[in-house]
Amino acid sequence: MANTSTISAEPSGAKPKPFITWERAVVYTVLIVCALFFLLPLYIMIITSLKSISEIQGGNIFVPSSNPSLAAWEKAWNSACTGLYCEGIKVGFWNSIKITVPSTIVSIAVASISGYSLANWPFKFSEGFFTILLLGSFIPYVVMLYPIVIITRYLGIFSTLPAVVLVHTIFGLPIQTLLFRNYFASLPQELFKAARVDGASYWQIFFRVFVPMSVPIFTVSVILQVTGIWNDFLFGVIYAGPTNYPMTVQLNNIVNSAQGGKAYNVDMAATILTGLVPLTIYFISGKYFVRGIAAGAVKG
Amino acid sequence: MSYSVSVKNLTLKFGAAEVLKNLNLDVEEGEFIVLLGPSGCGKSTLLNCLAGLLELSEGQIHIKGKNVTWAEPSERGIGMVFQSYALYPQMTVRGNLSFGLKIAGLPKADIEARVQRASEILQIGPYLDRKPGALSGGQRQRVAIGRALVRDVDVFLFDEPLSNLDAKLRSELRVELKRLHNRLQNTMIYVTHDQIEALTLADRIAIMRGGIIQQLAPPQEVYNRPVNLFVAGFIGSPAMNFLKGAVVDGGKAFQVGNTKVSLEGYDGGTNIERPKAILGLRPEHLLIQPEAEAGMTIPAQVELDEPMGADSLVWLVAEGHQLSVRVPVENRPKPGATVHLKVEIHKASVFDAESEQRI
Repeated sequence: MANTSTISAEPSGAKPKPFITWERAVVYTVLIVCALFFLLPLYIMIITSLKSISEIQGGNIFVPSSNPSLAAWEKAWNSACTGLYCEGIKVGFWNSIKITVPSTIVSIAVASISGYSLANWPFKFSEGFFTILLLGSFIPYVVMLYPIVIITRYLGIFSTLPAVVLVHTIFGLPIQTLLFRNYFASLPQELFKAARVDGASYWQIFFRVFVPMSVPIFTVSVILQVTGIWNDFLFGVIYAGPTNYPMTVQLNNIVNSAQGGKAYNVDMAATILTGLVPLTIYFISGKYFVRGIAAGAVKG
Repeated sequence: MSYSVSVKNLTLKFGAAEVLKNLNLDVEEGEFIVLLGPSGCGKSTLLNCLAGLLELSEGQIHIKGKNVTWAEPSERGIGMVFQSYALYPQMTVRGNLSFGLKIAGLPKADIEARVQRASEILQIGPYLDRKPGALSGGQRQRVAIGRALVRDVDVFLFDEPLSNLDAKLRSELRVELKRLHNRLQNTMIYVTHDQIEALTLADRIAIMRGGIIQQLAPPQEVYNRPVNLFVAGFIGSPAMNFLKGAVVDGGKAFQVGNTKVSLEGYDGGTNIERPKAILGLRPEHLLIQPEAEAGMTIPAQVELDEPMGADSLVWLVAEGHQLSVRVPVENRPKPGATVHLKVEIHKASVFDAESEQRI
């Protein structure tokens, strides 16, 4: 009894803390400086894209436009010249969509199923197969470029949309399969056994048990594939052919076309437009992305 | 006579390692068999073989008289309950219970009736529309049992189903499992490393070591007449006392140190002398008394005692061996005292020190 009274006499609740401690001040200062450092180029791009050429030539690079206009954005999208054609970067945008969507879907579909097979249905040389796959993800692209030119020519699809889609799909497979295999291997083995005892088939286990549990890893791989393929320049310029050039290639052509003075405002607008897709994806799915990466580490 | 489950000459190899060695096991209809053994003895592996989740290297498995050696898990008439529950996290309890039935293509009304029956038996009705994440460990394990129950199978397989639960819940569910078995009268095969579960639940216990069944017998038999030293040491808590000595006098007495204990009344054949033998005595088969009796007692020094509520475990040193004796708390001797231990020889076990087999 005496004990309880002494305990209740003590202050309760969390220990009060001052709002600003010096450690916290240091952390915030560093974070703010870093954020400004990385945001500065974006800021300059945005204000430059809203200026007219004369304003850019005459003014200070850090000062926003006195008369902001979206004319440069309109021109970048609709009528900027990429070499011979002057149809703007929208052509590249739609080309990029046509390349990215099928490559992402096909590579993730194939990778998730092979990852599932490797993790749960071991076959005779599955370990060796997995090792080869791993090695595949370490081979530099550059050594494959010319052989693939020959292969696609032999298949009769060189310089077409299918060629670039095929290349993106295949190059995405090793790392995607690795990602899925490790994720599925981290799921409790007993779940797989329970589904087998319940009589579920290979596909039923995959679609009805595993896929619903794998939203985080699908999110991660969609992000990796979409941003990777969207940002690609090399495969697009080599295999797609001029009519199918993706947005990145078109952007380069706009920025590097040397007719008259440089239209910095159009260049900036086109660049932001190109970067907008991966940026949007990061913003929307950032939460899931982090969750997916952490998913293997700590079991939910 | 047709057995419910019959394992014939089963051998399983992982690479070069033989995990199960030429194993035979016949389980009667409605029997509760517990596979008991230390980690790595092959008990879970055997269960996975029965379920059809591992392919055998050699041998056959028959369930209900049908050879199911190469049958798919779902075609064997078994239901399985796992240690980690293994419930499908994205489905509700109802979804978990009906998943296998839907796959089997049962009519909706039939599925509903079976789920209803299982939820009544296991008292999980109130949580049918919850997801496993919103259930406690005990509730989850009930659902896992329910998933086996709805499949209306001949044989239940349990893979350490209570090991993830806390002690109180474990003993509650243990009783429930026994009740369930009494009610359903199904064949149940149950893997555990917990000897209390084995002793309380089993009709027969199969004690395994190194991929071999050491003894297959009812719990009392395993406890009272262990076939070898391993079984004797593994079963029983506190563990059996072992006294190293020799069988002398033409098999009529056991010599330990300077003391001779008569083997008259011993439950086994000891009419041969053995220079090296081991006398196994359970802590409750020794009586502490103040005075010596020739051929019946061993002198001992009390070291310390551990009161455990109703009775007390007294640790003594006798002829160079450390022994424990279970005595009622009020009769416990003082540490340091010299006492005499009366041996209840008809409950003892004598082992050959070389072969480690019971004599």
